Amino acid sequence: MSTTIPRCDEPGGNGGPPRDAAIVFEDVHLAFEENEVLRGVSFRLPFGETKALFGVAGSGKSTLLKLALGLLQPDSGRVTVLGRDVTTMSERELLPMRTQLGMVFQESALFDSLTVRENVAYPLMEEHSIYTDEIDVRVREALRFVELEHTLDLFPSELSGGMRRRVAIARAVITRPNLLLYDSPTAGLDPVTSNTIVELIMKQRDVYKTSALMVTHRLQDAFTMATHEFNPATNQLKALPHGQFCHVPMSFLILRDGKVIFDGDVSQLAHTKDEYIREYIS
Amino acid sequence: MDLNSPTEFAKQKVKSVQDYVLLSTQAIANLFRKPLYFGDMVQQADLIGVGSLPIVVLTGFFTGGVLALQTSNTLQRFGSITLIGQLVSTSMVRELGPVLTGLMVAGRNSSGMASELGSMVVTEQIDAMRALGTDPMKKLVTPRVTATVFMLFFLSIISDLVGLAGGLMVAKLFLALDARQYWANAWQVLVFQDVFMGLLKPTLFGFLIATIGCYYGINARGGTQGVGRATTQAVVAASVAILVTDFFVTKLLISVLSYK
Repeated sequence: MSTTIPRCDEPGGNGGPPRDAAIVFEDVHLAFEENEVLRGVSFRLPFGETKALFGVAGSGKSTLLKLALGLLQPDSGRVTVLGRDVTTMSERELLPMRTQLGMVFQESALFDSLTVRENVAYPLMEEHSIYTDEIDVRVREALRFVELEHTLDLFPSELSGGMRRRVAIARAVITRPNLLLYDSPTAGLDPVTSNTIVELIMKQRDVYKTSALMVTHRLQDAFTMATHEFNPATNQLKALPHGQFCHVPMSFLILRDGKVIFDGDVSQLAHTKDEYIREYIS
Repeated sequence: MDLNSPTEFAKQKVKSVQDYVLLSTQAIANLFRKPLYFGDMVQQADLIGVGSLPIVVLTGFFTGGVLALQTSNTLQRFGSITLIGQLVSTSMVRELGPVLTGLMVAGRNSSGMASELGSMVVTEQIDAMRALGTDPMKKLVTPRVTATVFMLFFLSIISDLVGLAGGLMVAKLFLALDARQYWANAWQVLVFQDVFMGLLKPTLFGFLIATIGCYYGINARGGTQGVGRATTQAVVAASVAILVTDFFVTKLLISVLSYK
């Protein structure tokens, strides 16, 4: 990897000034009873960037997403999302803020008693200020985005795992959120379906410029995202020349034993000297 | 199986009571905060009320009938068989109508709420709801509580009525009593306190059934096994709560209303 990816501080790199952050974690600690899951996690996700979050099972990746959503509160430290400190907000204050975020859960978490149409429409229905006709148009638009317009009246149990994941993406993007959180969106899917999901995530990143934090176990997905861009004209991924990887708004974050051991772009990852990381990505 | 220390056990129990009280308080407080989810309330009222109607009617009818059968022998011994309408009426309205309806609805709906909400918890649907900016307490718990309180009130009235009809069937067919006399006795014996007690109880029982079902559902842990456990616990807890509350409410009302 290190031989094929140039450094970003070399000509062509993206060493510009730091941009505003969609998410900032500052020295976050969290323990479940005696199990300390996070031990001083700090990182920032700039607006417009997608950050892939890696780590072995139980390293606290999904916990980070739940902290960002305010579904969990840290024992100490600060989590700022879209400029607001979620650690000091009450559940009642968090609810309206969450409507600006989109979350794709690992097992999709679709409402099993609602149809695909109702699931995708749910966030808009909750706004209580949008007309049914507009909701219908936007539901179709969101389902067209994930290429599942034909499943409108099906129930989640009638869909395959990959289709459920795509419906979950449609539900997450229908409100045009400022920030998307993906919890292992390609876990347990076959390579073809995984590629489809990765394309959708890249489409959201490159076409709508949405910031995203993505938990994943699949390095190849993240490397694809770091070395390709979505071409809206052809509706396909386009491999970038080597010198342009640094322009892709994509970074990597690796957790180990509740701490961040790597936070950087694809070239820094490829050139790391850390033995553990080298073994992890090999 | 891990054994907890008595202190830990006591702490867990106190926390459970605290969580239950919080859930119950929020369920009521949410009635005064928008949005109200009126559509969900109507849907739940249909599921709980209309869905429970057949078992409530059957239970009420046969309870009234068996009450008349069981007491007829004793009343006949004292030459008071004509009072059977009064006996069935007061027993059904004050006690058996609300309690048996409560127990039936607890068995059917407390378990249903616990399993439905529990499944939503273990499949992350509750987290998804919160992530989408919806308060699950407001969307799921308050409509269930409101619908159960509202519908149990009317189900108890129906149960009382069909219980009296069951008693009438026995009185007419097996005891050869006059139907008009039965109804006149049954109606005239009822006083304000009877009706008040008979209508207050289902209101309280409805609240207990729904809050206990929702509490066990929302706090379900441990996959499908945990959902099964929550369902069983909800039915047991709701049934016991109905019987215990019934005793204390009866005692209280007898004292407060100077009631014999």
